[in-house]
Amino acid sequence: MPVTTIGGREVHIDDEGFLTEYDEWSEDLAKELAANIGIPELTEDHLRVIAFLRADYKEQGETATLRRVSAVGGIPTKTLFQLFPKKPARKMSYVSGLPKPAGCI
Amino acid sequence: MKRLVILGAGTAGTMVAAKLRPRLAASDWKITMIDQEPTHYYQPGFLFIPFGIYTPDDVVKPKADFIPSGVEYIEAEIDLIEAGENQVKLADGTVVEYDYLVIATGTSIRPDETPGLEGPEYGKTIHDFYTLPGAKALAEAIRFWEGGKLVLNIVEMPIKCPVAPLEFIFLADAYFQDKGLRDKVELTYVTPLDGAFTKPIAAKHLGNLLEDKGVNLEPDFYLERVDSDEKKLVSYDEREVEYDMLITIPLNMGADVIGRSGLGNEGNFVPVDSKNFLSKQFDNVFAVGDAADLPTSKAGSVAHFAVEVFTENFLRHIEGLPMLEEFDGHANCFIESGHGKGLLIDFNYDTEPLPGKYPLPGIGPFTLLRETEMNHWGKMMFKWTYWNMLLRGKPLPLPHEMLMAGKIDEEV
Ligand SMILES: Cc1cc2nc3c(=O)[nH]c(=O)nc-3n(C[C@H](O)[C@H](O)[C@H](O)COP(=O)(O)OP(=O)(O)OC[C@H]3O[C@@H](n4cnc5c(N)ncnc54)[C@H](O)[C@@H]3O)c2cc1C
Repeated sequence: MPVTTIGGREVHIDDEGFLTEYDEWSEDLAKELAANIGIPELTEDHLRVIAFLRADYKEQGETATLRRVSAVGGIPTKTLFQLFPKKPARKMSYVSGLPKPAGCI
Repeated sequence: MKRLVILGAGTAGTMVAAKLRPRLAASDWKITMIDQEPTHYYQPGFLFIPFGIYTPDDVVKPKADFIPSGVEYIEAEIDLIEAGENQVKLADGTVVEYDYLVIATGTSIRPDETPGLEGPEYGKTIHDFYTLPGAKALAEAIRFWEGGKLVLNIVEMPIKCPVAPLEFIFLADAYFQDKGLRDKVELTYVTPLDGAFTKPIAAKHLGNLLEDKGVNLEPDFYLERVDSDEKKLVSYDEREVEYDMLITIPLNMGADVIGRSGLGNEGNFVPVDSKNFLSKQFDNVFAVGDAADLPTSKAGSVAHFAVEVFTENFLRHIEGLPMLEEFDGHANCFIESGHGKGLLIDFNYDTEPLPGKYPLPGIGPFTLLRETEMNHWGKMMFKWTYWNMLLRGKPLPLPHEMLMAGKIDEEV
């Protein structure tokens, strides 16, 4: 896995830039990651989504889907599109330092 | 006397019964299957019904024909699974007790979960082909259609047979060409994924297929509601796609009884160990086929490979031995691409679809990630194989684990 420097810290990422080590993530790093994808500021609402995603990943071993964030985390899909425009599933996992959601073929 | 109860007598449940009955002594084990439907559907055949390639007769047989001898069959709706008590309640109140339970209740479409999708237009300007009634209504509608905007939309992943929507659009392109109508039909593929093919090597080989066939692609489209009066799809980020005929792949969910019984995740799929299908909650409950929350395709071919691994593991588990065989998520799917050609993909949890030959390295007869006539024949042969080999539990000459032999591991 390649190593890169984000916000002055060395972290492991995959070939699409997603963090591969759960414990290398921090809230400061999340701000840098968010800025990389055009989210200038992490609000309370962003942080709530991130906190759910990270806690759920720790328990389940996989990144929650949009449906799971709304059904279990209680954050409506519409809100997720406002917080992480256009590609919420990808963007929220990227900022949370989690693997991107499983795709298809 | 021990009792194994199998919930669902579809593809996976039937294969489990066929594999286990000969391996469990009749004097020690009673096996019971429960299903609510008298008919067994060959679901892959639903794809061909709208285009008049198959008739309904091709895809239905009585379930009773496939219940192995020595297996008890109860036709009833399962109302509740009380896994803490090792028992299942049926809709008529009957209680069925078990020592081991295999959940194989599959997944079905839920148009009711999307606002505006299920209503008076369903079966008129809105169609599905994931059920037999849906596919039949669509066949009628397509036959008399004079053209316009045909839009195919996948509401949300996961869906069973994730390649079926692509096959539908390829077949629609060929069908309207043959009818001399292609210039009057605009085809659009609307998906929540970021492309038609999301894995890099498959995308490299197949990415242009939609473009070559003149199909518009609308990626990253996450449907919020359907406006069936204005005939348009509206996404969560307020994009709109207009249609004259909508082909929907509605949300796929596991059976409601799974949710009611507290055994499912938010989609009513049963969380299991992806290597051996044992429930994460109960040590005597397994889930196989589409009902399980495995991170691989929900497909009959996957269920087939999975049941082979399951069988060996189950026989060890009941003896108190550790389970050995590990399922790798092997999936093998033919993709019908129109005009008598098809594609084939072979992959697992860790390895994306690669080009090459299958099943014999260098020989085939099937070619991976390329359109060939032989691949089309493979798809057509699958119906015979399904009814006569798979459901009977007969061994196919294919290894259950995915092999790299014959594949070309290339750089993107
Ligand atoms: C259009 C289409 C095309 C497809 N094409 C392919 C293909 O080309 N290749 C491929 O490999 N796969 C394909 N598939 C997928 C394949 O058909 C399924 O993956 C497979 O049938 C899954 O088997 P299963 O046993 O898990 O579920 P099913 O076969 O669906 O069986 C589930 C059973 O559970 C029963 N059940 C559910 N709830 C209850 C209840 N509460 N009480 C009693 N009974 C209940 C149902 O009646 C049903 O009989 C396709 C599917 C569709 C819809």
